[in-house]
Amino acid sequence: MRFRRPGAAPAAVDVADPGRGIELRGVGHRYGDRVVLEGIDLRLTEPRVGVVGANGSGKSTFARLLNGLVVPTDGQVLVDGLDTRTQVRAVRRRVGFVFQDPDAQIVHPTVAEDVAYGLENQGVPPDERAARVAEVLERYGLAGHADHPAHLLSGGQKQLLAIAGVLVMRPARIVFDEPTTLLDLVNARRVAELIAGLEQQVVVVTHQLDLLDGFDRVLVVDGGRVVEDAPPGPAVATYRALMEHR
Amino acid sequence: MKTRDLAYVALFAAVIAVLGTIPAIPVGPVPITAQTLGVMLAGAVLGARRGFLAVLLFLVLVALGLPLLASGAGGLAPFVGTTAGYLYSWPVAAFVIGWLTERAWDRYNVLRGTLINVVGGIVVIYAVGVPVLKAVAGLSWTAAVTGGALPFIPGDLFKAFVAAAIADVVRRSYPVIERPRRAAGAR
Amino acid sequence: MTLPLYVPVASPVHRLSAGVKLLCLAALAVLLFARPTLTVAGAALVGTLAVGLGVARLPVAVLARQAWALRWFLLALLVVHALTTDVASGAHTVLRLLTLVLAAAVVTATTRVTEMVAVVERLCAPLRLVGGRPQRVGLLIAMALRFIPVLVERADRIRAAQAARGGAPRGVRALRTTVAPLLVQLLQMAHDVSEALDARGADDVPAHRPRRT
Repeated sequence: MRFRRPGAAPAAVDVADPGRGIELRGVGHRYGDRVVLEGIDLRLTEPRVGVVGANGSGKSTFARLLNGLVVPTDGQVLVDGLDTRTQVRAVRRRVGFVFQDPDAQIVHPTVAEDVAYGLENQGVPPDERAARVAEVLERYGLAGHADHPAHLLSGGQKQLLAIAGVLVMRPARIVFDEPTTLLDLVNARRVAELIAGLEQQVVVVTHQLDLLDGFDRVLVVDGGRVVEDAPPGPAVATYRALMEHR
Repeated sequence: MKTRDLAYVALFAAVIAVLGTIPAIPVGPVPITAQTLGVMLAGAVLGARRGFLAVLLFLVLVALGLPLLASGAGGLAPFVGTTAGYLYSWPVAAFVIGWLTERAWDRYNVLRGTLINVVGGIVVIYAVGVPVLKAVAGLSWTAAVTGGALPFIPGDLFKAFVAAAIADVVRRSYPVIERPRRAAGAR
Repeated sequence: MTLPLYVPVASPVHRLSAGVKLLCLAALAVLLFARPTLTVAGAALVGTLAVGLGVARLPVAVLARQAWALRWFLLALLVVHALTTDVASGAHTVLRLLTLVLAAAVVTATTRVTEMVAVVERLCAPLRLVGGRPQRVGLLIAMALRFIPVLVERADRIRAAQAARGGAPRGVRALRTTVAPLLVQLLQMAHDVSEALDARGADDVPAHRPRRT
């Protein structure tokens, strides 16, 4: 006897259309009675998109909508035309996600094992896996640490490891949820430079406004709504004004 | 099982392991350790299924050769020695505590929690541990009970209380157990 | 990974597959209890020592440590038996127990954790029949090992934070004021970890899936 899994995609409809970017249509989200996000209609196609907002503004939930970690209670989120509700697996292959706390995303005891984790899930054969892991570790200066225990790395190295674990999967787009909040200035700058150098589309949720220099578009989230959608200069000005009136 | 449940299971296996670093008090064949506190917590915080798996996972880690038991023991030796029965009883204890805690969830408090932990964490553990000690060591019942149960009862009562106090705080600030669904609870 | 109980030596025992070694250990246990004679137990002890020290070339200290940890208990056992039954049955019980513990120590000292994990995954293969996923066992083991240092670090952090505010609670109060908040923090972290796992493809089902109708 087989149960049809409600979340599983119907057979072979992975017809991604890379030009469409990330679309949010009438998106809202509630946890029980608490409304976290509402009335969001957006299409994100720019290579560099920033999201700012106060604590509790709903921006973390916003970030999680973009790769199906959270499925909206209202409306739909489409990534290159794929619905996060019905094609979450395909969506997650396209959209990588880097979290704030590196300790919360390193799941294997040693560095190389951890980087390989996502590739195992994708069913990448062991030889190719090893080659891709080695290449990524080399690129982010972690090659000398491949067999080291992850807990002995510094905070900055741990975040690099977390990013390496996502990049090795070669996603087309990457969402960063406050990637530099827990890092010191030097490491924050390294991560910022790394993000700036990525060829993928990047969506960064952050409190650190200088991270948004050179971005194409910045959204200001407040009280569950997108209250400003502009280039970094004007958007940051709006955000500062908003915070001063608290 | 969702990924989240796997993470909780792994977390509590680690909690039990770290409690093992609190020095054990050696009394005869079976030492007093803080690890049974972890076993009780696994059941009282995670519930029957996840609590059982967390303890089982911890035992697998020990069997794999990691020195995670209190006093730094590890490997397969503890599973064939005098402590074997106690180790085998731990997952069952966590399951029983979890099962009872789930049923008492709406009315859980420190007193009820302590009673539940006594049933699962003391009665179950000795019901399995003492007979195995008797068999492995070829002792009489009297010797097995005096050597393998009585010295630990006061400490165990204390641990049952502490585990309930902690579980009660966790229940109010970050409840992990969901009330059993009526359909499942009715049977 | 640090494996204090594994002793790397290039020996045939080390090269033997983990599954075979575990089977041998199980067979030995069955034999010792099915044929409870002093001769069998004595021969088994000699055999175990020959394999462990002779073939696997383990340092004597590795096995001595295990025996030493049991010294008082074995002695007490001998005394109890001498008083209640006779010395011979006491010697036999002690010998049998010592043999089993040493044999288990030999298996542990000659087998890497990763090989043991592979055996565990293979043992769990029948789970597939009931819809389980044996690979998840490997993930669980890895995650637990990863959580141990994180947990110690968080515990230190909470203790430091409380000390900074002038409080270093002791006794039962410490358990409530330290362990409970620590557990809550850790549960939150475990939840975050599960999100990170899902983001890297651990699960193809959405976290908040609609109820089955």
